[in-house]
Amino acid sequence: ANFRRVDEDFFDNLEEALIESDVGFEMAVSLSDQLREEVKLQNAKSQQEVTNVIIEKLVDIYEQQGKNEDNHIHLAATGPTVLLFVGVNGVGKTTTIGKMAAMYQRHGKKVLLAAADTFRAGATEQLQVWGKRDHVKVVTGPDQGDPAAVVFDAVKQAKDENYDVLFVDTAGRLQNKVNLMNELAKMKRIISREIETAPHEVLLVLDATTGQNALTQAKLFKESTDVTGIVLTKLDGTARGGIVLAIRNELHLPVKLVGLGEQVDDLQAFDASEFVYGLFKDLVKTND
Amino acid sequence: MAFEGLTERLQNAMTKLRRKPTVSEADLRETMREIRLALLEADVNFKVVKDFVKQVRERASGAEVLKGLNPAQQIVKIVNEELTSTMGTEAVALNKSDKIPTVIMMAGLQGAGKTTTAGKLALKLKNEENARPMFIAADVYRPAAIDQLEQVAKSIDVPVFQLGTDVDPVEIVRQGMQQARDQHNDYVIIDTAGRLQIDEKLMGELVNIADLAKPDEILLVVDAMTGQNAVETAQGFNDQLELTGVILTKLDGDTRGGAALSIRAVTGKPIKFVGQGEKMTDLDVFHPDRMASRILGMGDMLTLIEKA
Ligand SMILES: Nc1nc2c(ncn2[C@@H]2O[C@H](COP(=O)(O)OP(=O)(O)OP(=O)(O)O)[C@@H](O)[C@H]2O)c(=O)[nH]1
Ligand SMILES: Nc1nc2c(ncn2[C@@H]2O[C@H](COP(=O)(O)OP(=O)(O)OP(=O)(O)O)[C@@H](O)[C@H]2O)c(=O)[nH]1
Ligand SMILES: [Mg+2]
Ligand SMILES: [Mg+2]
Repeated sequence: ANFRRVDEDFFDNLEEALIESDVGFEMAVSLSDQLREEVKLQNAKSQQEVTNVIIEKLVDIYEQQGKNEDNHIHLAATGPTVLLFVGVNGVGKTTTIGKMAAMYQRHGKKVLLAAADTFRAGATEQLQVWGKRDHVKVVTGPDQGDPAAVVFDAVKQAKDENYDVLFVDTAGRLQNKVNLMNELAKMKRIISREIETAPHEVLLVLDATTGQNALTQAKLFKESTDVTGIVLTKLDGTARGGIVLAIRNELHLPVKLVGLGEQVDDLQAFDASEFVYGLFKDLVKTND
Repeated sequence: MAFEGLTERLQNAMTKLRRKPTVSEADLRETMREIRLALLEADVNFKVVKDFVKQVRERASGAEVLKGLNPAQQIVKIVNEELTSTMGTEAVALNKSDKIPTVIMMAGLQGAGKTTTAGKLALKLKNEENARPMFIAADVYRPAAIDQLEQVAKSIDVPVFQLGTDVDPVEIVRQGMQQARDQHNDYVIIDTAGRLQIDEKLMGELVNIADLAKPDEILLVVDAMTGQNAVETAQGFNDQLELTGVILTKLDGDTRGGAALSIRAVTGKPIKFVGQGEKMTDLDVFHPDRMASRILGMGDMLTLIEKA
């Protein structure tokens, strides 16, 4: 394609592609303006050049919001690492724990799981199935029991029995439910009380199919539990998860991992350039 | 929230518009820009927004302005009416078979709320019709899916037909249907595994289940927080399965729920119920007018307009 064609329709389509990826309307307009400028500045001509400039610029914009930031999962220097999983209902918290636990187990860590979702039907059993698959132990409590008690037991076991990594699974909750958010904050306080440096990560699990509400989710979960990073799930579907750009922009929360399916190996480290390419790849294809 | 300013922005836009007997092009331009933004921020799919805006424009252009309203308010009134009518005007009840059992099949993406909603529907049928529903546990993939359904079922005292996870879901449904006929259950609710609409193998499985059980209802369960992609999901399921209706879940959150409009616009299928919580009693009939004002996020202004 020649530059004229790229110049005229391309940026309108780009704006729509970004909106369609759920980055949000204002973000889409501001991004496509910045990208238009950049393409001009770099004097990119061919389709390939334009695509490259856009990817680089988008990655740049994404990364600017978190300079010097470490995108890895932080592990404790000594003693057990505690990873707390939070998020709204059905996003993939339990599944992500199942996948991650297998990964750490494979890397020779001694892994423990805490089934602190005592609320949802079958939640404990679900985590137990993952525990069995992964050959890791699961700490459970009675149905409808106090989830904080399960957390307390699990942290104690992790310390007493020298576990390397403890994954804490919590019940899904919508961010506008104040009582449930307080319950979550309480679980986090118990973890910190038992291990001063813990939790080492509070991972907010977001479903890539979620629209603008994910921003509110990030805001309110961050307020109540000091989220350290995001796991973006269900990217194997047709949704793009563009809202994480807005989350990055406003809340400076990085995506650390992405979920790409329901199987144990369907988890990957977040790759910013692959992600931003995904936001508008259809556009590039149809223009080929 | 991002749209808190919408009503104010509209009010501002309106003060600029002098009182006139009809809606002018300038009024329309100004107001429709804000409406378009409101719909996009509410997660209505951008193609659906485009069509919708065009439709409203045609109706609003040159429309007479009612007494007590200014042109912008008149446009919002039209938008609200169009939104409500696009979403179906009135509540639609469940289909019922002439002879028992009436078969209801749940379908949707992973984690949308199918299993929970299956439980809610069964309880509703029990309470309202004194029905004797039975579940068929056709999710053999998600870890502990059957445990979950059994616990849900136990809490509302409904039987579950299950054959564990080593039997093909189509076969499970075949045997389950037989048992329901033998035991004269008046409703069968089939809980299926979550799947992507692009997963050919699993979508094929759903088609086979539907061919066999001939459901009176194939309900697409959709998370109300879904973004732009709601269109693709709904279209994908509808093309392959011929849905009879939609259930929107997790409306107890603070999402504006624009997916409702997107889904309705692309499938034409009625939204029958909405999920408003995790408890078995948290299922309500769908009210298009309430959904419209939720999507628009202009509660105050709509009240004002209704009074006019
Ligand atoms: N396609 C796909 N499905 C996923 C992914 N991650 C999780 N799922 C599925 O999504 C559904 C919900 O996952 P869960 O792990 O139970 O989600 P959760 O956040 O623990 O849910 P609650 O505990 O009920 O709030 C399950 O069917 C999972 O198999 C993913 O990356 N891709
Ligand atoms: N707040 C709220 N949560 C809901 C609602 N409906 C379902 N949920 C929750 O959403 C999560 C997923 O629900 P499920 O019923 O397991 O969803 P599913 O579609 O069967 O999931 P898969 O079988 O894994 O595809 C659970 O935590 C439910 O409690 C609702 O209306 N409101
Ligand atoms: Mg869970
Ligand atoms: Mg289910």
